[in-house]
Amino acid sequence: MFKEKGPDVTFSQPVEEADGLKTQEMIINMGPQHPSTHGVLRVELTLDGEIVTRAVPHIGYLHRCFEKHCEAMNEYPKVIPYVDRMDYVAAMNNEHGFAIAMEQLMEIELNDRVEHIRVIMAELQRIASHLLAVGTFGLDIGAFTPFLYCFSEREKILDIFEKASGARLLYNYIWIGGLMNDVPDDFKTDVSSFVKTFRPKIKELNDLLSNNKIFLVRTANVGVLPEKVAINYGISGPSLRGSGVKWDLRRDDPYSIYDRFEFDVVVGKGEVGTLGDCWDRYIVRVREMEESLKIIEQALESMPDEGDVHESIPKKIRPPAGEIYSRTETPRGELGYYVISDKSTSPYRVKARAPSFVNLSVLPAISVGAMIADMVAIIGSIDIVLGEVDR
Amino acid sequence: MKTLNDIFDQITEAFGEEDFELSEQDAGDSWITVMPHRIHEVAKYLRDEQGLRFDSLMCLSGVHYSKEEMLGVTYHLYSTEFRHRLTLKVIMPQDDARLPSVEQIWKTADWHEREAYDMLGIVFEGHPDMRRILCPDDWEGHPLRKDYKEQEQYQNMKVPY
Amino acid sequence: MGLLDKKYQDSNIIIVSLEKALNWARKSSLFYMQFGLACCAIEMMAAAASRYDLDRFGVIPRSSPRQADVMIVAGTVTMKMAPRIKRLYEQMAEPRYVISMGSCSNCGGPYWEHGYHVLKGVDRIIPVDVYVPGCPPRPEALLQGFLHLQDKIMNESLSEGGQSTPVVVEADKDGNISVKNADETDTHQNADIKFPQQDAKQKPAG
Repeated sequence: MFKEKGPDVTFSQPVEEADGLKTQEMIINMGPQHPSTHGVLRVELTLDGEIVTRAVPHIGYLHRCFEKHCEAMNEYPKVIPYVDRMDYVAAMNNEHGFAIAMEQLMEIELNDRVEHIRVIMAELQRIASHLLAVGTFGLDIGAFTPFLYCFSEREKILDIFEKASGARLLYNYIWIGGLMNDVPDDFKTDVSSFVKTFRPKIKELNDLLSNNKIFLVRTANVGVLPEKVAINYGISGPSLRGSGVKWDLRRDDPYSIYDRFEFDVVVGKGEVGTLGDCWDRYIVRVREMEESLKIIEQALESMPDEGDVHESIPKKIRPPAGEIYSRTETPRGELGYYVISDKSTSPYRVKARAPSFVNLSVLPAISVGAMIADMVAIIGSIDIVLGEVDR
Repeated sequence: MKTLNDIFDQITEAFGEEDFELSEQDAGDSWITVMPHRIHEVAKYLRDEQGLRFDSLMCLSGVHYSKEEMLGVTYHLYSTEFRHRLTLKVIMPQDDARLPSVEQIWKTADWHEREAYDMLGIVFEGHPDMRRILCPDDWEGHPLRKDYKEQEQYQNMKVPY
Repeated sequence: MGLLDKKYQDSNIIIVSLEKALNWARKSSLFYMQFGLACCAIEMMAAAASRYDLDRFGVIPRSSPRQADVMIVAGTVTMKMAPRIKRLYEQMAEPRYVISMGSCSNCGGPYWEHGYHVLKGVDRIIPVDVYVPGCPPRPEALLQGFLHLQDKIMNESLSEGGQSTPVVVEADKDGNISVKNADETDTHQNADIKFPQQDAKQKPAG
């Protein structure tokens, strides 16, 4: 019934002959079903023994026609659920990015309460996403316990989201011009008690995983991504900062109200190995969680109690003819939306510049010379979400 | 930091005026339209020129303008040094959509160009690996064209609902 | 120690039909294939992680289809992925079960109309035992799906080849959960489909 493209294992011509021993390059497929490809990524590896000589990622196994759906919807608000499902680990950030793009095009001003709630939600989502990234990265390397620790913390964040929006994973909470509804009355106490309990957990995670000897051996000096390569490939987010580039859109091209908050941009320093290795990319995520906590605390402090979250939502969303490219910083990097409006109630074209899509394209460049086992660490440290890669 | 007009003046000074057009918009971004055959040299110039230094290609998107029967490619550029941004557009006829690749200039363009080829059928000449990227190799048609009609069957599986 | 040894301390003989004993053994260690496709996979991971803890039902992830009893199709099945899923299913040893998790793998979900690259329902390529609705289903819903699969396994018969109709877990407005055979809920046969959101007059907020 089905035909598969090519056999799974093929042998090419002998590449080397020394002392009468023949060695052959072997091609193996990693994925699309592989527990540590974070979804349905397929990597075609050419191996010389254990060493990877070539890695070609094949994507599209989760291509869900996001851009077609945007064009096919008859109203702008209907796009937001599809935006959610793009990067399903960080749905709030995706919604935030799309809402900002549309608000820029329509020149909508928001009140402070909406902006504060959005920032708090986005930062909580960043923590949740990093927890998942860190936990599954540990799982890939072979550490099961940190995964459970990370998930139990993540559940607490999801509870806060669920109280506000009614959903655990895909929220449809941030709307163009406002929010779906106001946060519940005990939102502030919930968030501040989470912040309080979560701080010590980061230390726990560091003790458990970050400074674990086995983990260090598996990740230090592995998959080194030099600064120049990272910039040329357009890498963004923690993967770029892991290479020592101090670049964060929240600080360098501020959107929403991020310019009001004090926080550090965490960069990798090559503490345990070479600058830009897997450990650096990992530790940037862990430390970013602390920075997000700082932002949340400040936002809770300055969040006004008054303000209608539906105030600026237009009755009919019909942006003027024109186009906009707007970008925000999601947990994975620079998420850009290019929206073309033809003055109707639905977009003419939406293109999402997904950070994972761009970040994954560097994989062939940094995996040459690595062992097969290191591939798992490299893919895990780039932290891709296939929903976003394939859209 | 330079405005769009400054950049446009600088480009026309270097390359002449006939292949470029400045479109200023009331809402959203304004852009510069470039003739397809000039895009490679312009891109190189924009990246390397002192004072411009567009070192990052934020996004590359293909667009189908179905009314005009045209296909377009939009480049969003950003300079991390000077913090200015620029939108370039290339428009070409639908039945002969070919333009030079900028993959050698910004590596980011590699997969984005493959995606534009897959989704819209725009051929980037000089790209080292011009294959489909999201859809399977034996897929029919280019889905993001406005007149796209999905195929009935794919490997004996029914495609429509 | 355990409950069983106290209960049966006088005698070690339990009389049970072979069928039941086999089914009981089967349902108590359902190893599922650790294989995520999309959003639902995150909920599947959450179900396996600390709070929901699938392990207590004997449901443990395996990385290889050869060692798995049940395949959770967690997420959108695309045209490019469908042949691989079929192959993975074929690699599993019998008896094998399939849980279709989430609207996408049930019927295409939000992608049913314009998703040119989405397979509208994984049951077009492999047989499905339990459908779990939701987009994505909560981990509780997946647990419920597993419980129903266990029920289904308990009702299997050696003589009839173990074939039975698929069941659907449904929740009504008040949160009551009911189980139906898939034939009863097959909306293709009823032409009169009503979407509640079309009837209710929608007011734009603000």
